[in-house]
Amino acid sequence: MRRLLFLVPLAVVIALVGVLAWPILEGRDPRSLPSVLLDKPIPPFELPGLTADGSGLSAGELAGRPLLVNVFASWCAPCRHEIPLMVRLASEGVPIYGIAYKDDPAATQAFLAQLGDPYRGIGVDRDGRIAIEFGVYGVPETYVIDAAGRIRHRHVGAMTEDVARRTLLPLLQELSQ
Amino acid sequence: MIAELGHMALSVALVVAILQSTLPLWGASRDDTGLMAFARPAALAQFGAIVLAFGALTHAYLVSDFSVLNVATNSHSTKPFIYKLAGVWANHEGSMLLWVLILALFGAAVAAFGGNLPDGLRARTLAVQGMIGVGFLAFMLFTSNPFERLYPAPIDGNGLNPLLQDIGLALHPPMLYLGYVGFSTTFSFAVAALLEGRVDPAWARWVRPWALAAWTALTAGIALGSGWAYYELGWGGWWFWDPVENASFMPWLAGTALLHSAIVVEKRGALKSWTILLALIAFSFSLLGTFLVRSGVLSSVHAFAVDPERGLFILLLLAIAIGGSFLLFAWRAPSMEGGGMFRPVSREGALVLNNLLMSTAAATVLIGTLYPLALESVTGEKVSVGAPYFEATFVPLMIPTVLALGVGPMLAWKRGDLAGALNRLWVAALAAVGIGASVLYLRGAPVGAALGLGLAVWLAVSVVTEWAERVRLFRVSIGQSLSRAVGLPRSAYGMSLAHLGLAVFILGAVGETFFSAEVVRFVRAGDQIGIAGQTVTFEGVTKRQGPNYESDVGTFVLPSGDRLESERRFYPAEGQRTTEAGIRSRPDGDLYAVLGEPAGEKRWTIRLYVKPLVMWLWAGCAIMVLGGLISLADRRLRVGAPGPRRASWQPAHAGVADSD
Repeated sequence: MRRLLFLVPLAVVIALVGVLAWPILEGRDPRSLPSVLLDKPIPPFELPGLTADGSGLSAGELAGRPLLVNVFASWCAPCRHEIPLMVRLASEGVPIYGIAYKDDPAATQAFLAQLGDPYRGIGVDRDGRIAIEFGVYGVPETYVIDAAGRIRHRHVGAMTEDVARRTLLPLLQELSQ
Repeated sequence: MIAELGHMALSVALVVAILQSTLPLWGASRDDTGLMAFARPAALAQFGAIVLAFGALTHAYLVSDFSVLNVATNSHSTKPFIYKLAGVWANHEGSMLLWVLILALFGAAVAAFGGNLPDGLRARTLAVQGMIGVGFLAFMLFTSNPFERLYPAPIDGNGLNPLLQDIGLALHPPMLYLGYVGFSTTFSFAVAALLEGRVDPAWARWVRPWALAAWTALTAGIALGSGWAYYELGWGGWWFWDPVENASFMPWLAGTALLHSAIVVEKRGALKSWTILLALIAFSFSLLGTFLVRSGVLSSVHAFAVDPERGLFILLLLAIAIGGSFLLFAWRAPSMEGGGMFRPVSREGALVLNNLLMSTAAATVLIGTLYPLALESVTGEKVSVGAPYFEATFVPLMIPTVLALGVGPMLAWKRGDLAGALNRLWVAALAAVGIGASVLYLRGAPVGAALGLGLAVWLAVSVVTEWAERVRLFRVSIGQSLSRAVGLPRSAYGMSLAHLGLAVFILGAVGETFFSAEVVRFVRAGDQIGIAGQTVTFEGVTKRQGPNYESDVGTFVLPSGDRLESERRFYPAEGQRTTEAGIRSRPDGDLYAVLGEPAGEKRWTIRLYVKPLVMWLWAGCAIMVLGGLISLADRRLRVGAPGPRRASWQPAHAGVADSD
């Protein structure tokens, strides 16, 4: 019995190596994402807003024109980084909607009060269920949705000037025609 | 030509390392002193060869030899000298070279200062150190050769990521690696002890100074990294629970536990197999960190380029090193227990409690870091674990840790008197509750802040009380106390300072976490911004030309009349932007100004932060490092401790008894 106890660390290591080897052996890149949701319609959802009386966000509101959906959280450092850029894009007329991922609405409000609020509408996804339906695996992520309400592109990580100008905006442009 | 010499030196180092890891081991098993003695010159030669290789790469960087692929991808001729130098280790291949350099340095140090180690133990330790060297040298030569040539050579290089062009980052990796890789020595000692099947007294005396050296360097390295994030990333934060930060924090936690359990082995001969396990774990975490940063299985701001082949190679090394040592542990350790008995309430008991808390904390961080990977492997589902997880699990563990930390040093060995110790800490308890309650009720601070401040005060006053008891302050005359204070061993001061450093660190963390203020505004030149009761004036933006960048410089005038500058730099060679925050640091807190994106005609986004007490975060780390260094200085005077002046301490070793 005592000897078995001394085998515990070895067992833990074997499990650990297995977990670490899996993604490499599968040739998985952490930045690439399952494409199952690509070109699929966004999941039907209805999320509450930041305040009890304020309006939230629902799948219906996102239909009708191409737009960006940004999934963010106040506790996520890269999100903090991309907000000023999105504020600028929003002021140029780019429609951006936000999903506040696993975050306290009060914290989200403080976050947006500090950094600026680029969103035309925000849905509060406290338990992250809707984000999972979108295929989110980390924050921030940004989705391009077309007028028919289908997910056309997904960007993982903080949005940069480059990504916005080279990928997201041209795609929005193309979808509006 | 010089690059080829470097490549050759690296190959020579590999051959020497192979011999170093086999011959002495064979000699030790046959009790052949000649073969065992081969370990020392081999370790020195391996180090010499890697120094040559490192010198060759450094040369290539300094003269901007762009025919070397590594230099061309990571350097640029207009880069300032210091960043050309730092550029050597600011990329995957070069940092691996630094890694093996430090590994060989520790091997050479054991060879040079290990004269009084038993032959067998020294030979086996150096052989294990050599095996780690073989693994990583082979990794470099087969997958990450820093000396690869590029034909035709480009006219200029790609440049270094401007975020990395910072003095903190120039020093951060060498310090961090000294710590990370420093745990290779305790690992080698532990494996050697397992091979021998016993822990002799020399082993116990040797492990602690090496663990201490590694711990001290790692503390400094992590603090520099956190300082870099705070000053250079411009997010105003100092710790993000990023996977790579966690990767350096886990060996720190395990190393802290090792440091404390090694005391029990040294003084009381107990906890031997547990200490060996911790020594294995500390280095395993270092290897895990190396793997996480370089394999690309996790994405992070800090991670190096993704390359599955490299990831698999390091994982293989990790599996062999950790798996092999843990297998040896499972086989040999059960027959090694024994040593002094002790009651749960005793100095040993307190150190065991520290070990339990530190290990649990390390496990918490490990789970938080790897859970997303594990879940994805099992169910294919992708999730992210953010700071909320770590705040909910790690922080609560630190509360009992700090409470126990005040009491532990007051307990006697073998059998302590808890009631008596608590009795003597009434001042600390009173001060802690008093401060906590007054910030809670008088200043209306959050409960967390009151708790944190109370803990910091409790710890600081306990440390001072413990010291005062040792020198019998106010019980004997001041003169007598003074001479007692001078007579206290340096290791006692080291401990007090390290614990005090933690108290100071908590003070800074509480100030930054609970009392920070932040304002984001669009401003024009001349606008005034109010923050935390102060008014800051924005003077406007001017253009400036740096050595390898152009920048917009925003100037802020503080109420005191001081001026703060924040820059938005553009590095044309790399095509990247960085932000340099303007920071005015004072003991009561920092004022942190960032010039953000331009927002139309003559308007700019600016961010201002007031971060109370944040300086004490790093001051606390510095005090901990100082404690480590002072304690290390003590080691040299003791039996079996490493030190460069062998001739002068050798006689003392024979005559002076262990005094504390």
